Amino acid sequence: MRARPYALRKATNAVALGLTGAAAALTLGILFAILAYIAANGASALNWDFFTKLPAPVGETGGGLANAIVGTLKLLLLASAIGIPVGFLGGVYLAEFGHGRTGFVVRYASDVLNGVPSIVIGIVAYTLIVLPMKQFSSLAGGVALGIIMIPTVVRSTEELLKLVPSNVREAALALGVNEWKTVLFVVIPTALRGVLAGVLLSLARVAGETAPLLFTALSNRYWSHGWLEPTASLPVMVYTYAIAPYDDWHRQAWAGALVLITMVLGVNILARLGVSRRASAS
Amino acid sequence: MHLLPDLKKALPARASLAPTPEEAPEAMRTEALSAWFGPHQVLHEISLRFPARQVTALIGPSGCGKTTYIRCLNRMHEVVPSARVGGKVLLGGEDIYAPKVDPVLVRRRIGMVFQKPNPFPAMSIYGNVAAGLRLTGLAKGRSLDEIVERSLRQAALWDEVKDRLHQPGTDLSGGQQQRLCIARTLAVEPEVLLFDEPCSALDPVATEKIEQLLFELKKRYTIVIVTHNMQQAARVSDLTGFLLMGDLVEFGRTESLFTTPKDPRTEAYITGRFG
Repeated sequence: MRARPYALRKATNAVALGLTGAAAALTLGILFAILAYIAANGASALNWDFFTKLPAPVGETGGGLANAIVGTLKLLLLASAIGIPVGFLGGVYLAEFGHGRTGFVVRYASDVLNGVPSIVIGIVAYTLIVLPMKQFSSLAGGVALGIIMIPTVVRSTEELLKLVPSNVREAALALGVNEWKTVLFVVIPTALRGVLAGVLLSLARVAGETAPLLFTALSNRYWSHGWLEPTASLPVMVYTYAIAPYDDWHRQAWAGALVLITMVLGVNILARLGVSRRASAS
Repeated sequence: MHLLPDLKKALPARASLAPTPEEAPEAMRTEALSAWFGPHQVLHEISLRFPARQVTALIGPSGCGKTTYIRCLNRMHEVVPSARVGGKVLLGGEDIYAPKVDPVLVRRRIGMVFQKPNPFPAMSIYGNVAAGLRLTGLAKGRSLDEIVERSLRQAALWDEVKDRLHQPGTDLSGGQQQRLCIARTLAVEPEVLLFDEPCSALDPVATEKIEQLLFELKKRYTIVIVTHNMQQAARVSDLTGFLLMGDLVEFGRTESLFTTPKDPRTEAYITGRFG
């Protein structure tokens, strides 16, 4: 009588384990399939020229995407300048002072903003910056990416600050340290690695955004000077090249995708390392 | 009840009967101190007197309000949202709940050691001890090295950590961490030390070290300790108060409270019939 339910339990366990394991393997498989496919197709077009030269004129082969790589870095720099301070301070507010109704509203608004499709945020940047200036620009693209970064930075900062045990806060308060110094010198340093990891992940996320750039930064076959000219960026170049009718462009699109995904992966790994070192230190 | 005076006389004399706890000058007192969490009243008008350089223990079952009470003594209770306090806490005759009093300054005069050791994770041993002075701007023009060493010596931790002052405080064992927290509290030179079940997360050996430390510390500081370990209260304190469901049931010299409790509820608790 006892063996039966035991066998049944083991069978149920095996089925559940099998299903979750299969799902995990599928996830991992898809990721590696994408990486391998992109690497296989993109590696052949990767050469020194790709990183140092401008796109070749239409009809000629060769050239590179140097302007798109620099353009993407410029856009990420501007996005960080907007998204990190606003998101970080917003997250600190929510974690430390946002207990009441205001906190609820801010948290809710941030979640809604996180759910807004990135193309809509592109339209906002288009309306607010491109139309009045009558000019597509790095500025508009960077602002759009910065806005997309804000809610993820807010929420990851908030969550990581909340992980700091309240008894650490109380220890500082009980020493006669005032509230803002407690937050700045005790709570934030305790959570700093995790907060940085969250920032890097949100940066990795916006690095691949394409839609909001289509009508803000647009694209450019030449170098973009300053912040007020249209600029090339890797995601938009990949899109443009991939739908063009030239084989050489297709190869470069693959290479561009490879560079982009390597950047994103690198940032992700950096973020993970930060978190795990924190975990082992404590 | 009428038998009590005779029983008191029968008790053996205290080993060090310098001033009796009742005669010692007062360091702090509470007058009709009540506390609430939202609409829920957890303390009912507790009046207690803490003599200077004596150890006063507060005992009682879980949920009796002893932790809330001790947190009211340095205005830590109000840190929790919806928490409220009524009545007075007089430190050297001044009400620390008077409208113009800054809670931050009160906490510098009344230090607190918590239930769980809570060193600052992002700081070294040295940084932890120096934190109070650095973050309150009191470090200016003073020799931090000296203060850190003195505080660690007072907390009986110096010899164990002097060669690794710049390692993280969280690398220490639980008992060492708790003594680090005591050193951190001592560094800002408070007048009163509050201990909220300081040994409940420690093993017996570490507990004994902390208890020995209390004997040293009471030479300089007025100490209030919350514990639900009655043996600990009996060992370390001069005076003991028994709290039950937010009321002060009984307060008196430790040996009389434990040997001849006046209230039947106290007797029931210390003989282990509940709690």
